[in-house]
Amino acid sequence: MNHPELAERFIKDADRTTWHDETLWWVRQKRDKAAFQIPEWEALREAASQIKHNVLSNLHEYLLAFEEKATANGIKIHWAADAQEHNELVLRILKESGAEALIKSKSMLTEECNLNEYLTEQGVDVVDTDLGERIVQLRKEHPSHIVLPAIHLKKEDVGETFHIHLGTEKGNKDPQYLTEAARQHLREKFVTRKAAITGVNFAIAETGEFVVCTNEGNADMGAHLADVHIACMGFEKIIPQRQHLGVFLRLLARSATGQPITTYSSHFKKPRPGQQMHIIIVDNGRSRQLGRADFRNSLKCIRCGACMNTCPVYRRSGGHSYHSAVAGPIGSILAPNLDMTKNADLPFASTLCGSCSNVCPVKIDIHDQLYKWRQVLVQEGRVPFSKTVAMRAMTFTLSHPGVFSLAGKVGRKVMGMAPIVVSNGLNPWYKQREMPEPPKESFREWYAKNRNGKSE
Amino acid sequence: MESRNKILSAIAQNQPASTPLPDISDLAVVDYEVVEKFSATLAGIGGQVVDIVSVREVVPFVKNYYEGAQRIITTVEALGDMAETDWREADPHSLENVDLMIMEAEFGVAENGALWVTEAYMGQRVAPFITQNLAVILKRSEIVPTMHHAYDRIGKADYPFGMFLAGPSKTADIEQSLVLGAHGSRTMTVFLLMSE
Ligand code: SF4
Repeated sequence: MNHPELAERFIKDADRTTWHDETLWWVRQKRDKAAFQIPEWEALREAASQIKHNVLSNLHEYLLAFEEKATANGIKIHWAADAQEHNELVLRILKESGAEALIKSKSMLTEECNLNEYLTEQGVDVVDTDLGERIVQLRKEHPSHIVLPAIHLKKEDVGETFHIHLGTEKGNKDPQYLTEAARQHLREKFVTRKAAITGVNFAIAETGEFVVCTNEGNADMGAHLADVHIACMGFEKIIPQRQHLGVFLRLLARSATGQPITTYSSHFKKPRPGQQMHIIIVDNGRSRQLGRADFRNSLKCIRCGACMNTCPVYRRSGGHSYHSAVAGPIGSILAPNLDMTKNADLPFASTLCGSCSNVCPVKIDIHDQLYKWRQVLVQEGRVPFSKTVAMRAMTFTLSHPGVFSLAGKVGRKVMGMAPIVVSNGLNPWYKQREMPEPPKESFREWYAKNRNGKSE
Repeated sequence: MESRNKILSAIAQNQPASTPLPDISDLAVVDYEVVEKFSATLAGIGGQVVDIVSVREVVPFVKNYYEGAQRIITTVEALGDMAETDWREADPHSLENVDLMIMEAEFGVAENGALWVTEAYMGQRVAPFITQNLAVILKRSEIVPTMHHAYDRIGKADYPFGMFLAGPSKTADIEQSLVLGAHGSRTMTVFLLMSE
C-alpha cells in the first residue's frame, strides 16, 4: 500500500489522529523553547551544517583515519556494502563468539537493514531494550518515529501489550507502573545476555571513538555487561574532531525533545579488558546518494526527528504510513534512493511548507529535496498517472499567469455551482477535508476593482 | 575486504569538492552565572543538588536520604568506611544488587547540567548505570559554561570510556509521560562541594 492509502487507514480514528497531531506538536514546541534559550542557535546550526559538509567532501579520508585510530584502540572494523552483508556480518560475529541471544539498543540502521527479522530466521533471539522499541517489538510492529518509536500508541495499547507479554495487571495503563514492569523484565535480559548491539550517533575520525546518546541508559547497560559489543553505523556518522561534538551535542537533544542534552552521551574508545568491540560501517546506498548533488545533503542528518514532529503530513498520517524505516520528511528523501519504485509515493507526502527545513539542526534543505525528487521520479516514469497530470497542470498554470487567473475563476464557479464535481475521487485533496466556502471574488478580482482607491 | 575497497572507492569518486571546516572557537554566548545555571538546569532534568563544604557531609546525608540502601559502593576513598571500595575488579554482573553508587565527576557543564566522568572515576563502566541510585560529588569550582568549553577542557585526553551524564535515567515512551528510572539509575544527587 502507498502513503495515501496507509494514511487513510490511520485517520479513520479521528480522535487518535488529533491526539497524535497534538502530541507531536507539543514536542515541537518543547524544541522551540529549548532553542530560544540559546542566543547562538542559528550560528550553531550553520556551524553544524558546514562541519557536515566538510565531512561529506572528505569522507574517504576521514573514514580511513577513523579505521586506523579505532583499530589501534583495539576495536575491530568491518565494512558492509549493503543490508544483507551487514546482517551476515552480525550473525558471523555472534556465531564466532558463541552467542545465541542478543540485546539491542536503538539503531535505525538495523531497522533499515531488517536485522531483527534476519536474525530471528537464523534462530537468534533478539530483544530490543529501548522501551518504545520493546513495545513495538512485542506487538510485532516497527517503530513509527526515529526518536519516539511507539508514538502511535496510547497507554491503553501498551497496558494491553504488557498484560499479554509481561503479565502486568489487566487494565492498568499507568506509565510509571508499565515502565517499572519493563525495567524488571529487561534487567533480567541485560544480566544474562552475552552480546549487545548499539547504534552510533557520532564517530570521530581524529580519535577513533564513537558516541552513543540515550536517555534510558539501555545502550550502556547492554554494552558494559556484554562480552561482545557490536556497534552499527552508516558511514555518514563520521565527524572530524572531538571538539565538533560540542556543536552536535548542543543541537541534538534540544532539537529532538527539547532536553538540554540526553541523559547519557557515552564515548566508547576502547573495549573493556577481555571484551570484544566491533564496528560495522555500512554503505547500503549511501555512496550513491553522495553522488547525487541534489540529494547528498540528506546524509548530514543526525536523526533528531524534529522534521517529523513539525510536519503537518507526518503528524496527521502517522509514521507507519511511510512504509520505510525512517519516516517523515527526511525518510521521504532517503527512501527513493534505496528503492525508487517502491518509494515513489513518499516525496509526494508533503505540502512543501518548508517547516522541516526551518527546524533541521544541520540545515538540510529538506523540502527543496522533496520537490526535486518529484521531478526526478516523474522524469523516470515512476509516478502514478494522476500525480503527473496534476503536476504538469500545475507547472503549466504557474508559468502562464493568464491561465492561473482564469483557472481560479473557473474553480470558484465550479465549486459554487456543483460541489459534487469537486468532491469526486479525482480530487484527492477533497478526501477527509471540508472544502472551504469559495470566496465570492478572488483577491485578484478584488484588487482589480479596488486599486486606485475606487470601487466599480 | 572486497566491500571495504568498493565502498571507499565509490565514496572517493562521489564526494564533492572539499569545503573547509568552520571556526567554532567563538560560538558560545554566556550570559549566566555558571553555578546557578548548572543547579537550575540539573533540577529541571530530574536531578537534585545538595551543597556541602566537606566530603564527609555525604555520610549523614546518605544515612538519612537513602535510608533503606543495603549495598553502597564508591570510588571515593574518603568514604571507604561507609561503602564498599573493593569491587573494581569484580565481574560487572556482580553489581546487579547495588542500591547506591557514589563517585566524583571531573567537571560539570552549566548549560545542560551534565557531568563529565571517565572510566577512572566510575570504577567500572556499568557501575553508574546498574545502580538503583547515583550520587556524584562535584567541586563548585569545576563548572564550565557550555559544551564548547567542556571539549576544550577534555582536549586530547585519552580515556577508554567517558560520558556526559545528565540526571537520572528517564523515558517518555509511553504517551510522552515522563518516567524517571528507565534502565539506569532512578535518582541522581549531585553534591556540590565548596572549595575547601
Ligand atoms: S533531517 Fe534534520 S530535522 Fe530531520 S531528523 Fe535529520 S537532522 Fe533532524
